[in-house]
Amino acid sequence: MPASVSTVMLRVVYALIPGLAAYIWFFGWGVLINIALAVVVALGCEAAMLKVRDKPLQPFLTDGSAALTAVLLGISIPPLSPWWITLIGTAFAIIVAKQLYGGLGYNTFNPAMVGYVMLLISFPVEMTSWQTPLMLSQHSLSFFDTLRVIFTGALPDGLRMDAITTATTLDTLKTQLKIDRSMAEITSAPIFGYVGGKSVEWISAGFLLGGLWLLYKRIINWHIPAAMIGGLLGMALIFFLIDAERYASPLFHLFSGATLLGAFFIATDPVTAPASVRGRLLYGALIGVLVYIIRAWGGYPDAVAFAVLLMNLATPTIDYHIHSRVFGHGRKK
Amino acid sequence: MIRRLWKFNGGVHLPDHKGESTRLPVTRARLPKRLILPLHQHIGEAAEAVVKVGDPVLKGQMIAHAKGFVSAPLHAPSSGTVVAIGDLPVPHPSGLNAPCIVIETDGEDRWTELHPHGDYDQLDPSHLRNIIREAGIVGLGGAGFPSFIKLNPGPGKTVDTLILNGVECEPYITCDDMLMRERAQDIIRGLRIMRHALHARACVIAVEDNKPEAYAAMLTATRGTDIEVAQVPTMYPAGGEKQLIKVLTGMEVPSNGLPIHIGIVCHNVGTAVAVYRAIEHGEPLISRHMTISGGNIAQPRNLEVLIGTPVKDLLDECGGDPGTLERLVMGGPMMGFSLPGDDVPVIKTTNCILAMTRDNAPAQRPVMPCIRCGACADACPVNLLPQQLYWHAHAKDLDKVQEYDLFDCIECGCCSYVCPSNIPLVHYYRYAKTEIWAAEREKQKAEQARIRHEFRLQRIDREKAERAAKHAQKKEELTSATTKNEE
Repeated sequence: MPASVSTVMLRVVYALIPGLAAYIWFFGWGVLINIALAVVVALGCEAAMLKVRDKPLQPFLTDGSAALTAVLLGISIPPLSPWWITLIGTAFAIIVAKQLYGGLGYNTFNPAMVGYVMLLISFPVEMTSWQTPLMLSQHSLSFFDTLRVIFTGALPDGLRMDAITTATTLDTLKTQLKIDRSMAEITSAPIFGYVGGKSVEWISAGFLLGGLWLLYKRIINWHIPAAMIGGLLGMALIFFLIDAERYASPLFHLFSGATLLGAFFIATDPVTAPASVRGRLLYGALIGVLVYIIRAWGGYPDAVAFAVLLMNLATPTIDYHIHSRVFGHGRKK
Repeated sequence: MIRRLWKFNGGVHLPDHKGESTRLPVTRARLPKRLILPLHQHIGEAAEAVVKVGDPVLKGQMIAHAKGFVSAPLHAPSSGTVVAIGDLPVPHPSGLNAPCIVIETDGEDRWTELHPHGDYDQLDPSHLRNIIREAGIVGLGGAGFPSFIKLNPGPGKTVDTLILNGVECEPYITCDDMLMRERAQDIIRGLRIMRHALHARACVIAVEDNKPEAYAAMLTATRGTDIEVAQVPTMYPAGGEKQLIKVLTGMEVPSNGLPIHIGIVCHNVGTAVAVYRAIEHGEPLISRHMTISGGNIAQPRNLEVLIGTPVKDLLDECGGDPGTLERLVMGGPMMGFSLPGDDVPVIKTTNCILAMTRDNAPAQRPVMPCIRCGACADACPVNLLPQQLYWHAHAKDLDKVQEYDLFDCIECGCCSYVCPSNIPLVHYYRYAKTEIWAAEREKQKAEQARIRHEFRLQRIDREKAERAAKHAQKKEELTSATTKNEE
């Protein structure tokens, strides 16, 4: 029996588990609390909007798409973000980016990324307060401490926010390169791990594992992830070969930030991606190239979200120009 | 030599439900009291009745003749009396009534005089085609295109390979399977006649690998000949003509083209048997093998059924239970269509009747919006972008759907089958095709009206000019007359 929409969505959520487990292991409970809160908000907003739009609740609430958006957004925002960040971001993603565009299947932009970018632009301080990996931090927060930080902003006695947050590796790289420090100096900082950011590289590996499972289960096709990774690695390799002192290695790019989460879980959102195989290859490759450009020369380090949204914008054009080669039509077109 | 096989894009694996109807040997169905024979059972022009109400008819007697080139005559499947000629329910997706000849059978099943031809290889191909045409033979695989046309390569064309299609990829249907198991020799005899008509260099019989008995039977029947039997992997719709040609030869029939354009002709195994019966026994096409299956049927099986037999008679014969009948389908579950009732007759293209209970025809799952997942494109054997087609068909953008090659769609239903949103995609494509045809007819009508109008204007102008000329002439005559008078 072929899959239904809800099994597709559910399997994507399952595939997030390895990466998510690593996330919780290295950064504590914050991400899980964010996700739980986001799911509740997303389902609430979805229900309210369906009611307003006079659509049936049951099939659309149980299709899993709102929950998936919430999970992806919950993973994307800093783990110790105050509750209202999650609330505003999720509500915006569901109400504006999804439902106002017509709901499931009709949104032009990836809702989770719209929510993320809206937050990043509106609340830059909260959205760049990334937690220090637990293995580098002298402080660890219990589940209830984390809950209290998120909902009241109150840290345990004697702790300041600065003490438990730090700049990300991508951010560090960007600012340090600006002050002409060498790559070797920069990457010797404790937040750098074997190939990417410390801890972050393991989380990335978890997402890679989940992504490969999705490929195996044929929930996603290889075209977009492969093209996106290829585009990014290609760009990174070119500049790395030109000047390894000023440009990070391809492997660093692969295992830093949201590269692998983006490649397998965000760029692959079919609603906002092109339909044809060649269209998807182009789409994925350009996301990869854009990620590199934004990371290397852009104002924000959060390249994946911007790259995906920019390419969402290009999807209708790609679909307009690139069709598949239909049986019996020869090798042209 | 093992033939190299190719693959087509997509396709789906379906639960085949073929075991149910292959347990019993094929027998003749009971002679029905009434035979209902629609005049239009094939692609092309409908046949024209040559009998009147009250006429006695003999089995095999022609009762309607072919009208035009692409058409096929119709013969009485049994002896009896013509009791009605008029519009009755026929098996067609539209559910509309159409002209039929109704024969009340006399139970004697008396043949008309037949003219068998012993040595087909002594006959000229055009003579063979004529006999086949007169026998009313059309493609029995489902499309119903008059066979004599497909047995004519046409001027300047040569046939490299004649393919006999025994793939039968739709679930439930097993009539070709049983035919190959039980009548392999007849199939080969028919194939030889077809080959003679086409001067085909090579012959291949294709059988799906889920029919080992049929494959073995065909191998035995072709032993010592140069006819090849190829086992193709089970994958719906491998039995589609263009898909099968791709699998066997690696060549693609060009869009808007015919297999003959790449030197290939494809016929169904059942058609081969009909051709054999027509040539060597002089029998017209009056019966066919077909499957009666589905959860509602106590004894699913294949029968040799007279064309015109009402579906109800077959359901009764095979133990159909009217109490649990949910849906009647003619054809397979993928490409068949629902019947409005059991009073419609079996026609030349009927390969299967499916009587479904609620369990095998579960209520349509709720239709969700398209999430553009692309499962349909992955499954499409023609490599279309079904979701884009759906999008534009939904928006009634008839230019756009053609840009996305709507008319290459073979309506196999793979896209609808795999759609996680349960969108009945093929319905949209059929709808769009019908709309486009309607628009084209309108355009032709308008064009004709315009031409007529222009002719009318021209005629009026001409008449005016003629009148004026006449007038001037008269005037001149008058003036000359008066001047004469004055003189």
